[in-house]
Amino acid sequence: MTDMVKVTIDGKPFEVKKGITILEAAKIAGIRIPTLCHHPDLDVAGICRICVVEVEGMRTLQAACAYPITFPMDIKTNTSRVRKARRVNLDLMLAEHYGDCYTCVRNGKCELQSLSSEYGVDRYRYPSVIKPKYAIDYSSFSIVRDQNKCIHCKRCIRTCIDLQQVSALETANKGHDVEIQAALNKPIAEVVCINCGQCINRCPTGALRVKDAGDFIWDDIENPDKYVVIQTAPSPRAAIGEEFGYPAGTTVTKKLNAALKRMGFNAVLDTNFTADLTIIEEGHELLERLHKAVVEGDKSIKVPMFTSCSPGWVKYIEHYYPEYLGHLSSCKSPQQMFGALLKTYYAQKMGIDPEKMVVVALMPCSAKKFECNRPEMTDSGFKDVDYGLTTREMAVMIKESGIHLKDMPDEDFDSPIGHGSGAGMIFGATGGVMEAAIRTVYELVTGRKVPFDGLNVTPVRGMEGIKEASLLIENTVEAFRWLEGVTLKVAVAHGTANAKKLMEKLKKGELEYHFIEVMACPGGCLGGGGQPIPTTPEIREARARAIYAEDMGTEIRTSHENELVAQLYKDFLIKPLGHKSHKLLHTHYTPRGKYFIPDDK
Amino acid sequence: MKVKEIVLGPHVLGSGLEKALEITPYEVILEIKDSKIKGRGGAGFPTGLKWQFAANEPEPTKFIICNADEGEPGTFKDRILLTDHPYKVLEGMAIAGYAIGAKQGFIYLRGEYNYLRQHIQNHIDSMKEKGFLGKKILGKDFSFDVEIRMGAGAYVCGEEFALIESMNGYRGEPHNKPPFPTQQGYLRKPTIVNNVETFCKVNFIISKGAEWIREYGTELSTGTKLFSVSGDVKHPGLYEFELGITVNQLLKEVGAEDAKAVQVGGASGINVARKDFNKTISYETLPPGGSIIVFGPNRDMLHALKNFMDFFVEESCGQCTPCREGNYRLLEGIEMLEKGECSVRYLKELITLSEVMKDSSKCGLGQSSPNCFLSIIENFRDEILYR
Ligand SMILES: Cc1cc2nc3c(=O)[nH]c(=O)nc-3n(C[C@H](O)[C@H](O)[C@H](O)COP(=O)(O)O)c2cc1C
Ligand code: SF4
Ligand code: SF4
Ligand code: SF4
Ligand code: SF4
Repeated sequence: MTDMVKVTIDGKPFEVKKGITILEAAKIAGIRIPTLCHHPDLDVAGICRICVVEVEGMRTLQAACAYPITFPMDIKTNTSRVRKARRVNLDLMLAEHYGDCYTCVRNGKCELQSLSSEYGVDRYRYPSVIKPKYAIDYSSFSIVRDQNKCIHCKRCIRTCIDLQQVSALETANKGHDVEIQAALNKPIAEVVCINCGQCINRCPTGALRVKDAGDFIWDDIENPDKYVVIQTAPSPRAAIGEEFGYPAGTTVTKKLNAALKRMGFNAVLDTNFTADLTIIEEGHELLERLHKAVVEGDKSIKVPMFTSCSPGWVKYIEHYYPEYLGHLSSCKSPQQMFGALLKTYYAQKMGIDPEKMVVVALMPCSAKKFECNRPEMTDSGFKDVDYGLTTREMAVMIKESGIHLKDMPDEDFDSPIGHGSGAGMIFGATGGVMEAAIRTVYELVTGRKVPFDGLNVTPVRGMEGIKEASLLIENTVEAFRWLEGVTLKVAVAHGTANAKKLMEKLKKGELEYHFIEVMACPGGCLGGGGQPIPTTPEIREARARAIYAEDMGTEIRTSHENELVAQLYKDFLIKPLGHKSHKLLHTHYTPRGKYFIPDDK
Repeated sequence: MKVKEIVLGPHVLGSGLEKALEITPYEVILEIKDSKIKGRGGAGFPTGLKWQFAANEPEPTKFIICNADEGEPGTFKDRILLTDHPYKVLEGMAIAGYAIGAKQGFIYLRGEYNYLRQHIQNHIDSMKEKGFLGKKILGKDFSFDVEIRMGAGAYVCGEEFALIESMNGYRGEPHNKPPFPTQQGYLRKPTIVNNVETFCKVNFIISKGAEWIREYGTELSTGTKLFSVSGDVKHPGLYEFELGITVNQLLKEVGAEDAKAVQVGGASGINVARKDFNKTISYETLPPGGSIIVFGPNRDMLHALKNFMDFFVEESCGQCTPCREGNYRLLEGIEMLEKGECSVRYLKELITLSEVMKDSSKCGLGQSSPNCFLSIIENFRDEILYR
C-alpha cells in the first residue's frame, strides 16, 4: 500500500498512514507522549516543546504533535536526551508561572500540575515567581483572567481566533515579554468577548476561569430571610457526573436534585419547563413572522428568524452583525424566562415575597452570567435571575458540602412549575432547539406528529458544523392553510465560526431559510464554557448521547404537551405572544461595536 | 589566501540570465546543484536542492523571495550588495524564477533599509526597460517581475517562515517544518527564500559554470563568501574570501592579529578563542554566517556575551518555551555572573539549559542563540568566574 509508511517507534516497527503526526502514530502504538499546547479541538502550534522526540538522522528534536510522517522514520520517545528536554522546558514554564496551587481554581485538574508530578519536579530549577506581576482582570461578568498563571501555550488564542473566530484575545509583545491580552490591551469586558468561555475549557492552567458565584449563593442559602430557588439546565445534568467519577455521558439529574435539596436550596426546578415555553413562544413567533412576511407582505419583518437562547451567540451577533438583530427571535432564553416567571407567577402562587427570592440558574455556560446581568433582564421588577452558576462551580459547592453524589437517592423536581418535556431536554445539544421547534410547529400547523421515526428529527442532529433540513408542509389545518405546500427550510450551526460561515452566506444572498438555530459553543450547550474540563469531541458526543437518551426516556416528547406549561397559559399568560408574554418573556438587543463596547453599562 | 573579487567583481549585466534562458530550467538547477553552493543566509542549505524541491511541486503558481532582512548584529553585506550591485541580485532572482517556474519575485527589505527602496526600484525599472525583467524576458517565453516589500523591523522576520507570515499580514512567527516554504510558502504556494548574496552568486555559477566556482573554497564549502568585519580591527568593512580560510589568515587580512577572540557568524554564531585561530571558516568547521566581530585583547568577554544575550531576549518571537524563557534565564545568569552570584552548580544548569534550547527550540533563533553563551563560557571560563 502506497499510503502507508513504515516507522519504528522505540524499537518496535509499525505501519502508519502517511501524513499522520508522530504524536498520532505513537498513540496508535500505545505510547504516551506528553503534550501541553496541543488540544484535539485546535490547530497545531508546536510551541510548548514538551512533546519533543528524537528522530534518527535529524539534528534537533522534533515536536511530535507537529511532525507529519511522510517517509520511513526511526523515532525514539524515551531517551535521556528527550526526557532532559521535556523536563527543562517544563521547568522553564514553571519559572514564568505563579504557582500557588492551593489557592487555584484548577488545583487537581491542571495539566501543568499533573505534568510536573509526572516528571518528578521537586524543586524550582530556575528562580521562581515570588510575587505576582499582573493584576487579575475581573472586569467581565463571566471571564476572569489571571496572567500570572499563563504559560503562553496559546490554546486560548487558537480557541478565540480559530475555533470561535471571535478574536477577542491576541498575542502582544515579543520574547520574554510576550503576553496574552484582550484586544488592544483593554479589560476583557470592553472587547468583543462573547463570554463563551471556550478559552477557559481549553486553558491547561488556572489562567482563565469563570467568575465564581458560589460564596454569594452560600450566604443566601444560609440567610433565613431568603428563599433560594435553583433551576437546572439539561447540559449540566448530563456532565456534572464527570466531576464525581462517572464516565462522560452519564445523566445524574435525580441524584443532583437530592444533593441540591440537601444543600439547602428551597426549591429545585427544571429549566426544561421554560425550554418548552420558549418553544411555544418562539414557534408562534416564527409562524407570526412568516404570516406577516408572506401573507401580509410586510417588508419590515425579518426572515429567517434566528434562535436567541445562546447568550454567546446573541452577543456575537450584536458585535459582528448588528444589522441582523431584527432576525433574532425576541424570546428570552429559558434561563431568563424562568427567572421572570419565578419572581411573578411562582412567587404569587407560592405566597413568597419576590424581593426575598433568590434565583440561581445551574447552567453549562459562562455567558449566562453576563446574560443575567443585562440591564434589560429585570422585567419581573427585580433582577430576574440573580446568579448564573456553572457546572464546575456547582461541583465544587457539592464537594464543599461534603455530599457524595454517588450516594444520593433519586429525587424529583419540585412543583408546581418546573417539569419539562423531552423536547426541552434536547436544548442541550446542537440542533436540539430546532428539533423541539419542528416537533411542535409541525403539529400545530398540520395536526399531526412530525414524520420522523420516533419523533427523532435526525437531519438536525450530530456534530456536523452546519446542518440543514427541509420539511414539506401538507394537509394543513384550517388556520394554517396559507402554509400548504410550503417547504420549511431550516439550518443549524454550532460554534461561532460556523455561525459566521452561515452569516456570510446569508449576507451574500446565497441561502434561503425560514429558521436558523445557532449555539455559540461547539456541540451546543453541552460543550458550554462552564462544563467540566477537559473537553474533547468524544466527551461532547458522549454528553449528546446521554441527552438524547433522556429525551427518549421521557413520556412527553413535545413542548406543547407539557401540561404545566398549558396550565401556566391558562392561569397567567393567557396566550402565546400575549401581553404578559411580551412583558416577561421577550426582550430586545443592543448593537455593539466590532472593536470595543463604548459605554455599555 | 587573499581577498577575492567574485561576487563583488565585474559582471556583464544579463550574461547569467541569457545563458540560463538558453538551457532548460532543469539544466539550470543541475548546474546550481553541481556547484555545491550553500545558501548564504546562515542556515547553509544547498541552494540547488532547495530549487529542485520547489521546481518539483505540482502547484503552478510559485514565488521567489529575496531575504534582505539582514538583522544579524554586525552584518551589512546585503546592504552593500543592494546598494552597489542590485542588478546582480535581481538577475539572480530572475534566474531562480526561470528555474522553478515562478513569475513573481519579492525583495523583503529590512525596515531600516527603507532609504534603499527607491534605489532598488529604479534598478527594477531600468532592468524592465532593458528586457531583463517584466514580460517576455529577452524575447523568450518567460516573464518575471519583482516587487519590494518592507520588513517589520524584527530580527526574527529574517527567518523564512516568519518573513512569509509577515508578508501574509500576520504576526511574524516561525512555523513548524515540514511543510517547508518550498511546499507551502507565500500565499501557501511553493516559494524559495534565498539570501541576497546567494542570488548574486547564482549569476556567476550560470555564466562561468559550476566547475569554475568549485575551484574556490573547500570540497564541502565551495566558492567565496562575503564577510562583514567589525570590532577591534584596523580595517573594518566588507571582504570576500574563499571559504576554508583560517581565522588567523582572515585576521591578518583585516589587521587584527592581536585579537583575543572572534565571533564567527554574528550573535548566533560561535565564539573562537586564540587557541582555535587555526580553524577554518567553512560549513564543516566554523559556519560562516555573515559577520565577523573581533574582540581585542582588552575586551570584557562577559560584557560582550551580555550584549548578545540582550539582543536575543529582545528578539525572540516568544512563542516557544525554550527560546522565550531560556534566553531570559541565560541573561539572568549572566547578570548573576557579573555580580559574582552564580554558583558553579547553577552555571552547569545553564549549560544544560543551553543544550536543551539548541535541541528543542522551534526555529533557528532559539537553536543558535545559546551558541555564544556556550562558547564564551567555555573559552573564557576563568576570566568570567574569577573576575
Ligand atoms: C532568527 C533568524 C533570522 C534570520 N535572518 C536572516 C536574514 O536576515 N537574512 C537571510 O538571508 N536569512 C536569514 N535567516 C535564514 C533564513 O531563514 C533562510 O534560511 C535563508 O534566508 C535562506 O536563504 P539561503 O538558503 O540563501 O541561505 C534567518 C534565520 C533565523 C532563524
Ligand atoms: S495553574 Fe496549575 S500549577 Fe498553576 S497554580 Fe494553578 S493548579 Fe497550580
Ligand atoms: S470567552 Fe469566548 S469570546 Fe471571550 S475570550 Fe474566551 S473564547 Fe474568546
Ligand atoms: S491563558 Fe491559558 S490557554 Fe491562554 S496561553 Fe495562557 S495558559 Fe495557555
Ligand atoms: S526559537 Fe525563538 S524565535 Fe524561534 S519560534 Fe521559538 S521563540 Fe520564536
